[in-house]
Amino acid sequence: MKILVCISNVPDTTTKVTFTDNNTKFNTVGVQYIINPYDELALTRALEITEKQTGTVTAINVGLADAEPSIRKALAIGATDAVRINADPTDAYFVAEQVAAYAKAENFDLILTGRESIDYNGGQVAGLLGEMLNFPSVNVVTAIEIENGIATMERDIDGGKEKLTCKLPLVASAQKELTEPRIPNMRGIMAARTKPLKVVEPNGAEKTSATISFDMPPAKGLCKMIAPENAEQLIDLLHNEAKII
Amino acid sequence: MSIIVFAESTDGNFKKSTLEAVAYAAEVAKNTSTNCVAVSIGNVDDSKASELAKFGADKIVSIKNDKLIGFVAEAYAKALANIASQENATVIVVSNTYSGKAIAPRVAAKLKAGIVSGVISYPDTSNGFKIRKTVFSGKAFADVNITTAAKVLAITPNTFNTIENNKTANIISVDAGLTDSDFITHSVEISRASGKIPLTEAEIVVSGGRGLKGPENWGLIENLAEALGAATACSKPVSDMHWRPHSEHVGQTGITIKPNLYIAVGISGAIQHLAGVSSSKVIVAINKDPEAPFFKAADYGIVGDAFEVMPKIIEAAKKLKAQHA
Ligand SMILES: Cc1cc2nc3c(=O)[nH]c(=O)nc-3n(C[C@H](O)[C@H](O)[C@H](O)COP(=O)(O)OP(=O)(O)OC[C@H]3O[C@@H](n4cnc5c(N)ncnc54)[C@H](O)[C@@H]3O)c2cc1C
Ligand SMILES: Nc1ncnc2c1ncn2[C@@H]1O[C@H](COP(=O)(O)O)[C@@H](O)[C@H]1O
Repeated sequence: MKILVCISNVPDTTTKVTFTDNNTKFNTVGVQYIINPYDELALTRALEITEKQTGTVTAINVGLADAEPSIRKALAIGATDAVRINADPTDAYFVAEQVAAYAKAENFDLILTGRESIDYNGGQVAGLLGEMLNFPSVNVVTAIEIENGIATMERDIDGGKEKLTCKLPLVASAQKELTEPRIPNMRGIMAARTKPLKVVEPNGAEKTSATISFDMPPAKGLCKMIAPENAEQLIDLLHNEAKII
Repeated sequence: MSIIVFAESTDGNFKKSTLEAVAYAAEVAKNTSTNCVAVSIGNVDDSKASELAKFGADKIVSIKNDKLIGFVAEAYAKALANIASQENATVIVVSNTYSGKAIAPRVAAKLKAGIVSGVISYPDTSNGFKIRKTVFSGKAFADVNITTAAKVLAITPNTFNTIENNKTANIISVDAGLTDSDFITHSVEISRASGKIPLTEAEIVVSGGRGLKGPENWGLIENLAEALGAATACSKPVSDMHWRPHSEHVGQTGITIKPNLYIAVGISGAIQHLAGVSSSKVIVAINKDPEAPFFKAADYGIVGDAFEVMPKIIEAAKKLKAQHA
């Protein structure tokens, strides 16, 4: 089994989001970066699969050198090796083209991504990769087992779940529930220092979109307080004042 | 030239999010002086499909094929992309549902189209093609310029209005030109909780946190939800402790929702939780701690013990429901 796991380097979930340069750039001052939480699940599941039946897990990131701590962490958690495509990942289409170009030459059996990156919330890379590589893609996967070259999966659908099967190769995107993320141990952290991290220059693919500026949601007005003794008034207010029920 | 919209259906019926997408596409078509073509995939009755005209479709393409009754991402994407090419589509609109999210990027890659998901505005074409989306799970917005000739937009459900008119449109049945090799994934089983409103489509959501002390107290959430016709949700620790299914977890690492009304009971209002719910139109926080951060994000608040205030609220909601029954 050769598995590729796509790792996105994102601001920690506690980040207070602010912008600079006239709201054209995300303010990275004091921001802690982490592996995108869904990618951590994808990575852990990939390791579980290769522990059951031999194989390798390659972590790939499209990013600049500042993403390397997250890539090293992926190695410390257990990835066999890692690749960084040296480019600013501002466009999901571009990111997918870079990963697809790398994957084409490597014959992976399974490519795992996260369901979405928690910064850009695109949820696009898995489907884009699938199409670019001519692989099927299954998103929001909550369970995956591989046996005899066939993946048996469960995924979220609107209002429920679907069980499905697919022969490899395949792209799947990880949703919560897939597994519990692993925390690197001391041995893993030591080993990660000497594991291969290859840096590759991007191909000439063009970007398809550009973020022009950012904005914050309008601030909420004052919260109208209702005395707990008269809690039932809430329903009246929602009906007659907010006109929402 | 045309604007294409994916008319998603489940068991032969369109959802509210589908009608929103059709109305959105019709508006884009009007603003760019083109036609809106709705594409229905799966065996939807012509009488049903014709309803799409009322929401703005100028033409309805119906792809009927027994193999397409269930959703198969790669086949649906190919069918939609084929129609988009035939119709010379400039913009392809889907709703950002789980199925919409599965096909939008595949369609984009086939058409070499730039793609933006989580769209919350109509395109501004005064200088390029600018579109607004949510980022950081609702903590902020980004204005993105798409530079390719064709564009794919996955729009956020419950964001755009629908207007019904009495327009009619022709239904054209086509063969999507699919082969066996377009069906690689096989659906084995689908389970949907019957009678329950899916969280992603709900207009009202009642949600509980750790303040409810245990799963045995969820009647407080469910009874209010039932009286209001709402879906139920929960905070992350609640699903982590298996008090409630993971599918109910909302927030930055759960589902992002945008209902008209979100009622949070015994939830502190941590930044990761708020990220997933703060776009709700009206927010109610019920918490015994007056300092709970949720009150800063709420429109209505009650500082009180959930076990004392919820029965009163449920009672009042039942009364209201009875009056309007
Ligand atoms: C990487 C990461 C991602 C995360 N993602 C998410 C996410 O997506 N969604 C999410 O929800 N959380 C997320 N969290 C967790 C988040 O930080 C909070 O820990 C969580 O939201 C708290 O849940 P809670 O409000 O239910 O519990 P608590 O913080 O324990 O709050 C319970 C609240 O109930 C109130 N209360 C207690 N008793 C009563 C009573 N009798 N009546 C009324 N009120 C009462 C208390 O005053 C308190 O405010 C994430 C955390 C991390 C680190
Ligand atoms: N810069 C990147 N490098 C590698 N993988 C990425 C990158 N950006 C996104 N991904 C992968 O694609 C998934 C979905 O990202 P997105 O489409 O941006 O929401 C993430 O969870 C990652 O697995």
